[in-house]
Amino acid sequence: MNFSELFKQSNQLCKVSPDGKYLATCVQYRLVVRDVSTLQILHLYTCLDQVSHMEWSSDSLFILCAMYKRGLIQVWSLEQPDWHCKIDEGSIGLVSSRWSPDGRHILNTTEFHLRVTVWSLCTKAVSYMKYPKACQKGIDFSKDGGYMALAERRDCKDYVSIFVCEDWHLLRNFETETQDLSGLEWSPNGCVLAVWDSCLEYKVLLYSLDGRLLSTYSAYEWSLGVKCVSWSPSSQFLAIGSYDEKVRILNHITWGKIAQFEHPASIDNTKATVYKEVERRPAVPSDELLQHNIKVGSTLLNTKSKYEICAPPIQIPVVKPDPDRANPKIGVSVLAFSSDSRYLASRNDNMATAVWVWDMQKMSLEAVLEQTAAVRCFQWDPRHPRLALCTGNSKLYLWSPRGCVSVQVPAEGGFQVQSLSWHCSGDFLILLGKDQLCLCYMDAEQEENGRLWRRKKDRK
Amino acid sequence: MGERWTTETSMENNEISRMSHVMMSPSRQSNLELAYSLSTYSVIGAFCTEDNVPQCLLHINQELASLGLPVCIEASSPEGANLNAVPVLNAVYELLQIHRRDMCTLEEMEKEQMKKSSSLDLIQMTNSRLKDQLELSIREKSGLYETERQLQLKLKTLQRCLKGEKDEVQKLQSIIASRASQYSHDAKRKEREAAKLKERLSQLLIDRKDKKLAIDVLNNLGRSDGKRSQWRTTKATASHEGEMYKFLLCDYEESQKSLVLENAELKKVLQQMKKEMMHILSPCQPSSRGATADEELAESDEDEKTRDSSRDTLDQSCEHAREQLTNSIRLQWRKLRNHVEKLDNQASQVLHQMESNKDMIPFETHQDEMERMRHEVQQCKEFIHAQQQLLQQQLSTSFDDETAALLYDCYTLEEKERLKEEWRLFEEQKRNFEKERRNFTEAAIRLGREKQAFEEDRAAWFKNHFLNMTPFTNRRRCSSSDGQSSLSIISEPEIRMSVKAHKAKASTYTTFSTPKSSRSTAAPSTTDLYRTLRLIPDCSSSMHSNQVWQESSTNGDEDIRIKSKSRGLHCSDLDIFALGEDDSLT
Repeated sequence: MNFSELFKQSNQLCKVSPDGKYLATCVQYRLVVRDVSTLQILHLYTCLDQVSHMEWSSDSLFILCAMYKRGLIQVWSLEQPDWHCKIDEGSIGLVSSRWSPDGRHILNTTEFHLRVTVWSLCTKAVSYMKYPKACQKGIDFSKDGGYMALAERRDCKDYVSIFVCEDWHLLRNFETETQDLSGLEWSPNGCVLAVWDSCLEYKVLLYSLDGRLLSTYSAYEWSLGVKCVSWSPSSQFLAIGSYDEKVRILNHITWGKIAQFEHPASIDNTKATVYKEVERRPAVPSDELLQHNIKVGSTLLNTKSKYEICAPPIQIPVVKPDPDRANPKIGVSVLAFSSDSRYLASRNDNMATAVWVWDMQKMSLEAVLEQTAAVRCFQWDPRHPRLALCTGNSKLYLWSPRGCVSVQVPAEGGFQVQSLSWHCSGDFLILLGKDQLCLCYMDAEQEENGRLWRRKKDRK
Repeated sequence: MGERWTTETSMENNEISRMSHVMMSPSRQSNLELAYSLSTYSVIGAFCTEDNVPQCLLHINQELASLGLPVCIEASSPEGANLNAVPVLNAVYELLQIHRRDMCTLEEMEKEQMKKSSSLDLIQMTNSRLKDQLELSIREKSGLYETERQLQLKLKTLQRCLKGEKDEVQKLQSIIASRASQYSHDAKRKEREAAKLKERLSQLLIDRKDKKLAIDVLNNLGRSDGKRSQWRTTKATASHEGEMYKFLLCDYEESQKSLVLENAELKKVLQQMKKEMMHILSPCQPSSRGATADEELAESDEDEKTRDSSRDTLDQSCEHAREQLTNSIRLQWRKLRNHVEKLDNQASQVLHQMESNKDMIPFETHQDEMERMRHEVQQCKEFIHAQQQLLQQQLSTSFDDETAALLYDCYTLEEKERLKEEWRLFEEQKRNFEKERRNFTEAAIRLGREKQAFEEDRAAWFKNHFLNMTPFTNRRRCSSSDGQSSLSIISEPEIRMSVKAHKAKASTYTTFSTPKSSRSTAAPSTTDLYRTLRLIPDCSSSMHSNQVWQESSTNGDEDIRIKSKSRGLHCSDLDIFALGEDDSLT
């Protein structure tokens, strides 16, 4: 495992182009584009203000930089560095901006969710979509980019509009059976739209592309409901995380529940492996892997940590949420399927130090990673069943079915990993600190490394 | 004259005996009193005197008649000086009989009375007890009533509370409901207002013709797919619809395909399962179910048929075929299950047999096991013994020899001291004993002397008496004293004893007199007297002294006090003993 030097960034704006060739970072009001392989700067663009949002177009040819405070958008071209485009939303304000899937349109959501403005870069045409709903996830494009679902609110009722992205033709507009729609998400195959209600009611609705209601699912009543929803990449499963600290898996044939994953504070499942991160002072550098991979000298000031396999029963530290506060810190808030739909990772908010990995074939708990600090972010490798996570310290943690490892980032100046994202090839990770970033390259001889990662259990 | 005297004496005698019997008074004393009363009787003459004999007779006759006795006493002589003895005696006898009977009945009645009184007492006691119990239970009952009342009161208040709470809950629920409706209403109103505001805002923005709202592009871009943009036409919308449906159809087709594939796979699996089941079942069927072979055959035929048909219709995949397939599978499965159950039963039987065999076979192993265990026990015992020895050794070594010797010395010293003490006590007692013996001997000598003097006195008295005795002078006095001597010769030493006893201490006298008086009315023999005199004090004293000896030997100085006390008692006992001894000697 190798690490690049540190680069500056701001607002954690750092994205790899969809084709995986370029790395764009924003530093204050400058946009820097580098070659991923050499990390050399290819282009340098100067924006009008500090960039608050940055996004690659789907064809990796354009980069959108949004300056929400000013209500401005600037678009830069990689092929033609002197080409420029500036969109001013004017006094109406701007809260969100995104590319359409074709990479030739920009969708701006104005302040107060007055409307969604669609700007065409081809024709300079402007079109409006009225009554967008301000919610958790009000706009979603299908994976192939053909359709867009938009949540709307009119006359105190929720509607969903489905647009054809090609020419923004309104394909369907239907009322949903929700009290207060909170989010919608296309299935990866683009045929089913999952719609869920706000946390006050547990309700998940599944609509077909043509607006038919396929199924309604409600696990319970009179209690805080859905917290997050995630489709499996194969569109087979819909995972619903809720405030009752459970994940429910729906199948794609009957849309009924096929499994329920609980997050108990005491784990006595003997089949699951529990990895507990153990910190210790760097007096004895014992772990071969760490020794091998980390440059000696840079880590002396940091505490080392390693994983230990614990035998059940194990107590996971639980933080009791404040019942008087809104949005209590309880329940499953993050769900992520691995790229092969084999594993599901989840985090329960009142056990913020633990990440739970579930096997979707056996429909059982596979592993639990108990960290010493609260987990900030985790993401699956887009190619392999490999989970990377960070807890806001100088370490990177990786889990794979073969084992678990903690890696010290050998960067000086107290680089703390706040978030991370995989390169689409799965070859390297981008680690984002507060105002710096670092690339972490997985070794080419990954298999060999994997052998070292073999479960410590086997060694015992 | 002489006859009358005899009756009188007999009556007297009777009276004496009766008195001694009924009153249970010491006979010697009564004798003395009798003598006194007789003398007074003759002087005063209470009932019958020589003057009023006929009147007396008459009275007595009347009395007897009233008692229902036929006999009447007649005077043998008209003067009434003498009486006909036979009827009198008969009357007296009858009277005595009556009297005895009455006494008996009296006694019985007394007994009964006593019994009754005791039972009455008992009843009264139980009655009082029962009264107490009743009172107690009444009190308890009242207490229980009280608690019940309290509980009921509590219950009532609780029920009231519950009602209040329920009301409260209902009120709160209604409040909540009203609030909720109000809230939703408000929310809707606000939302509408917001929507209106939004509308107005957008209208204003459009009206203002915001100059800033603009797109500034260097040159327009081509579409990503390279096509030119199309006009929005109905055709376009139709094509969109068509595309959408195409897309959906594709998806459905795909999913259907996958489902069909899955179905086919499952069917294949089912078929294979069925085949294998049949294969498994067919060889064992005849053996397992010989009786129903024909039926089996028919069934298998049917199965074959269904299988064929299912195979035929597999491609059609219609309901019927599926049903058939599932039915046949179900059938097969049932068979298999039965078979497996049977096998299970067999297996369990075999296991059972095995177990039973196990019980039978391992006698030798059992023996071996026993032997082994015995051996083990022996080993354990040895081990324990060794441990004990070690422990003792350790204990003994833990004290060094010096301390051990010292301890031993201590023990012996203590023992010696104790023995010395005892020896001292023993010596003292011996001395005391010696002293007492000397006293006894002295007393015996003195007594001997006194006795001799007494004998001499008696001889002188007898001589005097003999010389002075004349038949008719001082007759009454003589008869009283002589009668006594003549009537009860056996009681003579007794009287003497009583005389002597008057000299002795009163306490000893009572101790002697009670056992004697409890005896029969007949005067006690000298041997009896001697026995009572000698044995009772002898036994008790010896036992008592022995006990005291033992006690003193075991206990400390406190016992010395007891001993000295007992010594006094002992002394008196021995006095009596000496007396008895003296008597027996005479």
